[in-house]
Amino acid sequence: MVDVSISNIRPDRAAVASQWQLIWWAFKRHKLAMAALVVTVAMYIVALVPGFFAINDPTAQNARATFHPPQKIHFFDTSNGIEFGPHYYPMRLTRDPNTLAAIYVEDTSKKVPVTFFGRGYTYSVLGLFETDIHLLASADNARPLFLFGADRLGRDVYSRVVQGAQVSLSIGLVGVCLSLLLGIVLGGISGYYGGRIDFVMQRVIDFVLSLPTIPIWLALAAALPQGWPATLQYMMITIILSFTGWAQLARVVRGRFLSLRTEEFVAAARLDGVPESRIIFRHMLPSFSSHVIASVTLAVPAMILAETSLSFLGLGLQPPTISWGVLLREAQNIRSIATAPWLFMPGLAVVIAVMALNLLGDGLRDAADPYNK
Amino acid sequence: MTDILTITPRKPLLEVKNLVTEFPLRTGIFKAVDDLSFSIEPGKTLCVVGESGSGKSVTARSILQIIDAPGRIASGSIVLNRQDGTSLDLAKLDPRGRAIRSVRGRDIAMIFQEPMSSLSPVHTVGDQITEVLRLHLNMSKAEARKEAISLLRQVEIPNPDKAIDRYAFQYSGGMRQRAMIAMALACKPQLLIADEPTTALDVTTQAEILDLISRLQKAHGMAVLFITHDMGVVAQIADDVLVMHHGVAKEYGPVDEIFHSPQDPYTRMLIGSVLKLEQKAEIRLARPPLDTSAEPILDIRGLSMQFGDMKALDEVSISLLPGETLGIVGESGSGKTTMGRSIMRLYDPSAGEIRYRRADGKTIDLARIDGAELKAARRELRMVFQDPFGSLNPRMTVSQVIGEPLLVNGIAKGKELDERVCHLMEQVGLDPATRERYPHAFSGGQRQRIGIARAITLNPRVIVADEATSALDVSVRFQVLDLLMRLQDQLGLAYIFISHDIGVIRYMCDRVGVMYRGKLVEVGEADKVCNAPDHAYTQALISAIPRPDPRDRDRSRRFRYVEPTAASMAVITNGGAAR
Amino acid sequence: MLKFIVMRLLWMIPSLFAVSFLAFVLIQLPPGDFVTTYIATLASSNEVVDQNTAAQLRERFGLDQPMLVQYLKWIWGIVTSGDFGISFEWQQPVSGLIWERMALTLVLAVASLLATWAIALPIGVYSAVKKYSIGDYAFTAFTFFGLSIPSFLLALVLMYVAAVEFGQDVGGLFSPEYETASWSIGKMLDLLAHLWLPVAILAVSSTASLIRVMRANMLDELPKPYVTTARAKGLSEFRLLTKYPLRIALNPFISTIAWLLPNLISGSVVVAIVLNLPTAAPLLLQSLMAQDMYLAGAFVLLICALTLIGSLISDILLALVDPRIRLE
Repeated sequence: MVDVSISNIRPDRAAVASQWQLIWWAFKRHKLAMAALVVTVAMYIVALVPGFFAINDPTAQNARATFHPPQKIHFFDTSNGIEFGPHYYPMRLTRDPNTLAAIYVEDTSKKVPVTFFGRGYTYSVLGLFETDIHLLASADNARPLFLFGADRLGRDVYSRVVQGAQVSLSIGLVGVCLSLLLGIVLGGISGYYGGRIDFVMQRVIDFVLSLPTIPIWLALAAALPQGWPATLQYMMITIILSFTGWAQLARVVRGRFLSLRTEEFVAAARLDGVPESRIIFRHMLPSFSSHVIASVTLAVPAMILAETSLSFLGLGLQPPTISWGVLLREAQNIRSIATAPWLFMPGLAVVIAVMALNLLGDGLRDAADPYNK
Repeated sequence: MTDILTITPRKPLLEVKNLVTEFPLRTGIFKAVDDLSFSIEPGKTLCVVGESGSGKSVTARSILQIIDAPGRIASGSIVLNRQDGTSLDLAKLDPRGRAIRSVRGRDIAMIFQEPMSSLSPVHTVGDQITEVLRLHLNMSKAEARKEAISLLRQVEIPNPDKAIDRYAFQYSGGMRQRAMIAMALACKPQLLIADEPTTALDVTTQAEILDLISRLQKAHGMAVLFITHDMGVVAQIADDVLVMHHGVAKEYGPVDEIFHSPQDPYTRMLIGSVLKLEQKAEIRLARPPLDTSAEPILDIRGLSMQFGDMKALDEVSISLLPGETLGIVGESGSGKTTMGRSIMRLYDPSAGEIRYRRADGKTIDLARIDGAELKAARRELRMVFQDPFGSLNPRMTVSQVIGEPLLVNGIAKGKELDERVCHLMEQVGLDPATRERYPHAFSGGQRQRIGIARAITLNPRVIVADEATSALDVSVRFQVLDLLMRLQDQLGLAYIFISHDIGVIRYMCDRVGVMYRGKLVEVGEADKVCNAPDHAYTQALISAIPRPDPRDRDRSRRFRYVEPTAASMAVITNGGAAR
Repeated sequence: MLKFIVMRLLWMIPSLFAVSFLAFVLIQLPPGDFVTTYIATLASSNEVVDQNTAAQLRERFGLDQPMLVQYLKWIWGIVTSGDFGISFEWQQPVSGLIWERMALTLVLAVASLLATWAIALPIGVYSAVKKYSIGDYAFTAFTFFGLSIPSFLLALVLMYVAAVEFGQDVGGLFSPEYETASWSIGKMLDLLAHLWLPVAILAVSSTASLIRVMRANMLDELPKPYVTTARAKGLSEFRLLTKYPLRIALNPFISTIAWLLPNLISGSVVVAIVLNLPTAAPLLLQSLMAQDMYLAGAFVLLICALTLIGSLISDILLALVDPRIRLE
């Protein structure tokens, strides 16, 4: 009888393997989910210190770089033999003699070297200290490097995408944490006490789940005054998003609680004289925490998508706050995306982030229950 | 055995030679069936017997090539010799092909262990029976329906013309298995494969299903391949027996030889374990007689438990003496589990008293106490659960599981706790070196030992054991029972032993109470109740138990208990639902 | 069964009231009211409104009364005469503005729902039956992509492709010549010709999640003993699949309407705004921005009511097809 799904682990190791070890072994077999884990961790590192990964000040405007196209970094210098020397060619702005439309031409006569861990603009690391060291730095501030091109106001799209990761990725986490808090409290009460409380709570959860979220978010977001400071706005948007997000998590928590309540090992613990609090925290919580973590991981991308949609519609975060949704507002206009398709780059970031989180959550969900398989 | 069709059979109906069925796993290839050979004569019954994991079920499924993915037949042959003289090697057929499909359900039909989940929940029973008829016999809808009703009548389902339009969940457990049999017999197959068809049923229902199968077998001249783990059933129905262990045939021969002169050590051990449970335990024979004049340690009076409209316990009164083992026996739905759980106050009884006499002589009513008092009482009354898998928290190590009662009651911690745990593990026959392992590293019997160790941690006086051995293989079962009795002698315990298995009760108990629909119908000395019961229900129950001796096959003494007050009810519901 | 339906219908009443109250509160939430916005608008064009006029305006629209009174008046009007109040911004009854747009919203939602089902069902079944085949992996990749791309982004990308590659403007639901025309066969056909794009966009993300649901349902059912029973009867794989596991896996699939419809409507709001479709969404956004409370309230109420009715229908359908619910 194989009731632990890890059949390729040596039995003596499996014998003393805790739940988390078993989950980790099961998760590791899931190659795609492992890749997603790497991507997710990398993205959250970027979100933690976006300044380090940015090249140019994301808020700096540059009238001479309106809709500046993306540039390539050449890693090898071939001027005399092949040697490692990352550089790029700056672009010269010319105008079409007839239409006066801006045309950027690569100027291969000038080489601007790119240095690793070089100095650039000064940024603050999580408000703790300031520094000006960047992963990539251009040697010539007058001719900045636009990896993903520039927007209407000549701001560097790459640096803005990197900066936007902070708000967009954290809003998902914070929002889900709020939802989770609500979900665990309400779902836990519902599932633990059962009976009438459960019945009422169930109806409320069903009701909330049957509501279309976006119109409600829109209405709530429209109620926010436009002039609020960025942090307050950020908090309010997360609260709005978790206002409807809790129901799904509450349902998961409730379901787990209900099924655990009838588990014999819980009855056994009760007979052992284990106090209620210890039953909940020592016996029940560890049994569903892995499922809750998986559900939460799957809820984060939904939150990210929601923030992006709201901000895109102009009812979420407002400039000058930089989030992927705010950045995508630049791409609202068919004319600007026709001239500068690189304005879609924040969208690509959204897709990658959401996909990685979805794959990660999926892998976690599959691995969440190493018993009963 | 009088067979209509045994006109000197030239060939056996089914010949299995060197069958190997394997499951490719990540770690390598697992051979569920390894080099197995046997044959079945027309009209005869072959029982394949073995404990869990013996490969008996895979053998049955290999014949029809319906092994669960990723299993496959690796080598060997399964030759079906049809009545018309043609032969067919089933092992060579494409499992999805037309050829094997025309054998399935027509030449060879199959019934399964769980009649509830083996029938579709959203199709009527009639729909599922007519389907076979239309598929293999090309009947019209009306013909098939008429035939299906007649089949349901043959398997003794009341009101077949109404029952045909009902769903499986509206049937009782026994009726579902009857419907499955009707479906299997639809095309009058030459071979019926029955995969543990009575394991999920109560013993009285099992007896009826076995009778039905054997009657139909005679009427149709059909051979039966019967898969079971129950040696009693084997003794009652088999012509030949194949004993399997870990995918390998241990012994193969006529039933009388297997039971009365087994050659293989494993078979001998298996038969020995079964016979052991046919009598009183040796440990008990050596004990001095129980002091029946002592004040009862537990005195239950008028205990009732109501779940909605259903009376799970109806005015039950029974007492337990110090050091006594009281058996509670009954079929599913009899209220025996409710009784155990009410005593432990996992349920709050609706009425009645549970008087518990403490060591200091004071009596408290367990049905009324709460809080600290209940907690204190639960240190003296402990429970052993049925499911050795579900009753241990899989996320805690064995030492945490066993040590928890000591820890939360503030009795021991740290090094002392560790020492106590080691000692407890030794007491129940487990190696203390394995205490840092998790429950998943232990076998069913070992897990039940862990559950017992947990129960004795707090030096209890009474242990309620709810079907403590029914999830275990028979060879492990009596070992756990012996352990419980040894501990009883060492620790002076009184047991309430709840079981559906009369053999276990006879082996283990001093007295026994018989429950039927929430009522205690008979209480008495275990020997008396097991051998010469007074109450008609107990008599019916005892008569239904298959004796593990092929020389003792008297079906005539079997009868069904019909409750005098609600006679019609008992007939219609036809035994309990699945356990 | 009848009892179930009656109970379920009765449950709709408090739900609808809750939704209406929610809608009303949502619209009341912003600080200030329509008059404040109105005054601000006038002020920007250098008109000054004195306190008196403002108070008069408030009185005319009943804005000076307590919120509960306003709510009761509002809901009374809706229940008795279908009167949703007056749009301050458009200066006409709300009921005149919403119905055609709500109807188009419904058409879009139902069309997307049907498209989603038509695509997701066979793919989900295929993926489950051919688990870990190349096709399964391809569809799984598609589902993860579909789940990850915001619908408005997909709309934008398609618009970009249409504009740059084909030089077409694909917004709207009607060609210019039909936009204001009354309903005719031609207009219907024109609608169908425009509908496919928003339907396709909406279907991508909802199909993705539904394929996963269907695949999981089927994978749950496939190893069940009744499938083995059917196989042991001699049924062909195709027949047994369609008759048993598929039939049973369909039940949870039906209950997906309950959450699929809210999702589709949510998604359609954003897509409609991007593609500028004449559904409820763009007008809702506009009315929210302008704090045109009765108009916005009517939209929020009707959209929520639509999803509630959707979940009602799915519950009843489920009871109809599943004897376990019907007979117990």
